[in-house]
Amino acid sequence: MNSQSPTSNPQDGARPNSLGVGGWILGVVLAAASVGALLAQATQTPATPPTPQQPSEIQLVISGEPGTPPRYAVPDFLALSPDAADVAKTLGQVLWDDLNFEREFYMIPRDTYATIPVARTAEDVPFAAWRELGADAVVFGTVQKTDANTVRVQVRLFNVRSRQAVFQKEYTGSAANPRLYAHTVSDEIHQQQRALRGVARTKLAFASDRNRERIAGPVQNRDVKEVYIADYDGENVRRVTTNRQLNITPTWAPDARGIAYTSYRRGYPDIFIALIYQGIQETPTNGVGQNWLPIFSPDGTRICFTSNRDGNPELYVMNRDGSNVRRVTNNPAIDTTPTWSPNGTQIAFVSDRAGTPQIYIVGADGLNLRRITTNESWADRPTWSPAPFNEIAYTGRTGPGFDIKVYDLASGDTRQITFGEGSNESPAFSPNGRHIAFASTRSGRGTEIYTMGRDGKNVRQITRDGNNYTPSWSN
Amino acid sequence: MKRATILLMFVLAFTAACGKKKPATVAGVPPPSTAATAPTTPPAPPPRPAERVEDSVPVPAISEDTIANRSLEDLNRDSPFKPAFFGLDSAELDDAGRATVAANADIMKKYPTWVVTVEGHCDERGTAEYNLALGERRAVAVKTYLVALGVSPDRVRTVSYGKEFPFDTGHTETAWSKNRRAHFIITSK
Repeated sequence: MNSQSPTSNPQDGARPNSLGVGGWILGVVLAAASVGALLAQATQTPATPPTPQQPSEIQLVISGEPGTPPRYAVPDFLALSPDAADVAKTLGQVLWDDLNFEREFYMIPRDTYATIPVARTAEDVPFAAWRELGADAVVFGTVQKTDANTVRVQVRLFNVRSRQAVFQKEYTGSAANPRLYAHTVSDEIHQQQRALRGVARTKLAFASDRNRERIAGPVQNRDVKEVYIADYDGENVRRVTTNRQLNITPTWAPDARGIAYTSYRRGYPDIFIALIYQGIQETPTNGVGQNWLPIFSPDGTRICFTSNRDGNPELYVMNRDGSNVRRVTNNPAIDTTPTWSPNGTQIAFVSDRAGTPQIYIVGADGLNLRRITTNESWADRPTWSPAPFNEIAYTGRTGPGFDIKVYDLASGDTRQITFGEGSNESPAFSPNGRHIAFASTRSGRGTEIYTMGRDGKNVRQITRDGNNYTPSWSN
Repeated sequence: MKRATILLMFVLAFTAACGKKKPATVAGVPPPSTAATAPTTPPAPPPRPAERVEDSVPVPAISEDTIANRSLEDLNRDSPFKPAFFGLDSAELDDAGRATVAANADIMKKYPTWVVTVEGHCDERGTAEYNLALGERRAVAVKTYLVALGVSPDRVRTVSYGKEFPFDTGHTETAWSKNRRAHFIITSK
C-alpha cells in the first residue's frame, strides 16, 4: 500500500509532513459493503464507467455523458481564516493538476469559472451554474489555519446532477507543505471513482549537478552530482546526498523510504543506500570490488547490481544487507543495467555478448537466458513495468541520439514513444505503470527530467535547474 | 613557485605584445593531438588571449628533477602522461593508443614508485548506464597493455566514469573523439 505518510526527518527539521493520516473521516456516505461492490466493478480504462446496481442508493461513481469521461471542476478552496488565502488557492490548482494527470476525467479549465458564484458553505454550492458549465462533478473545499503551523482541510466531491456529496473528508496537520493535502485528495478520488492507484503522492529521485559545485581533486572542471528527490510534479525538491562527489543512478526501495545509488565518494563506484527519513546510510557491498547500478527487487529484500569483482562487469544479487551474494551472469562480455520482473523471478539486463548492447532476460537464478531486442544498434536501461502491463521500456539508439521504446512481452511487439526530440534516455515507470519518467535534451538547455504517458503523450518537464539524469519513480 | 611566477610574467608580456599585433587570429586554443608526442619537448607557447594564460601556463622543458620535486596536484595538472583515445563504441587500443600507453609505461618505469589510476571515459553518444561498463572496459584494456609492457599491476588502478566527465562538452565529432579516452591520474609517488 502507498498510504504511509513520511515521518519527520530528524536531519531536516524543515521537512513538511505528517499529513494527518489520522485526520478523521467525516463519514463516507455509503455502507462499506456497497462501496466494495462498486469499486470491484470499476476498471482502469475510462471507457467503461461502472453502472449503479440499485438506483435507490446514492450513486458513488460520477459518470459523464455516455461515451465521454466525467467533467470535473475544481475551484479555489474557501479560506475560513484570512491567513489561509494562499493555501486555498494552491490547493485548488494542485488538486486540478493532480486529477488531470491520470487523464481519467475531463478537467474543466479553471479560468472558465469566473461567472460561477463562490460558495460560502457546502450547502450553497451553485449546482445549476456548474451544470450550465457542463460539470458532472465539482469539488468544494475549505482550509483554515488553526494555529501558525497547523491547517484543517475539508473536501467534498459533489455529483452535480444529484447534488449529493460522494466523497467527503477532513484532514488536519502541518501547514508546511499544503500541496500534500491536494495530492492525498487526488489519490483518494482516483481510488474511489476509478479504482485507480494515483501517483500524486509519489516522488522522483534523480542525479543532478544543479548545485554547480566542482569536485575537489587533481582534475579540474568536474561537476559534482548529487542525488535529489522531488514530488512527481517536480515541486518540493530535496537534496539527498551531500558528499560533493559523483552520486548517480538512484533507485527507490519499494517502501519509498530508501534510495540505493552509485557513489564515487571513495574514488571508485560503490553502492550506498540512503534511508532518507532517518538520515541513515548503509553500505551493503562494502569493500568488495567496484559496484554500480543497484536496483531493489519488487519485495525490497534483495538488490541486483553490476560488479567487476570477478574481473569484468557481471550481474549479482545480494540480500539488502549485503549478505548472500550470488552471481547471475557469467560471460566475458559486459552484463549490466538490471531490472526486476514484477514478481521478482526474472531480471532483464543489457549485454554486448552479441557485439552491441542488447536487452536480455534471465531468471533470477541465472537460468533461461533469452534475447529481447533484435533490431537495435544500441539498447540500454530496460525497466520492467508494474502489473497489469507486461512491458519493458528501454532506450534505443535512433540516429545520433536515443529514443524511448516499449517492448510488449506478450506480443513481442515494440513501439517507439519518443521521436527524436533531443536525445531521450533512462525510462522509469510510475508505480501504476501508466507513466514513464525519462531524461531528455529536448529543451536545448542541458539534460532534464520529463514525464509522459505510457503512450508517449502528455509530456511534462519536471526539472529546470542544471542537468538532471536517471530518474527513478517511487511507490 | 618562483620559476612559475617568472614564467607567467614572461608569457603575459609575450601574449600582450602579440595580442596587439593580430588580435583576430588568436581566439582558440588548439585541441590536444591524439598523436603521441614526447612529453618533454612541448612546442613554443602559442600566442593566446591574455585571460586564458592563468589557467593554462605552457610547460617548459621538464627536467627530471623538476618532475620528482613537484607535488601530486601539480603533476596531475600538467601531467607527463597523455590520454589514450578510443574509437566509437570501442574499448580496443589502436596503434596510436598503444603508442601512447607505451610512452606512459616508459614514464612509469622511470618513476618506479608512482601509482596511477587509469580512468575510462566515454562520449555522450552512448547511454549513461552502459557507458559505466564501457569505460571500465577501456580502463582495463589500458591496464592490461601496461602490464604486458612490464608495469606491475599493483601500480595501476582502474575506474570508469562513463560519460559523466566529458573533457570537451561540445556536441561534435571533435569533442566526442576527445572524450573517448583513458586518462591517467598519479595517485601516489
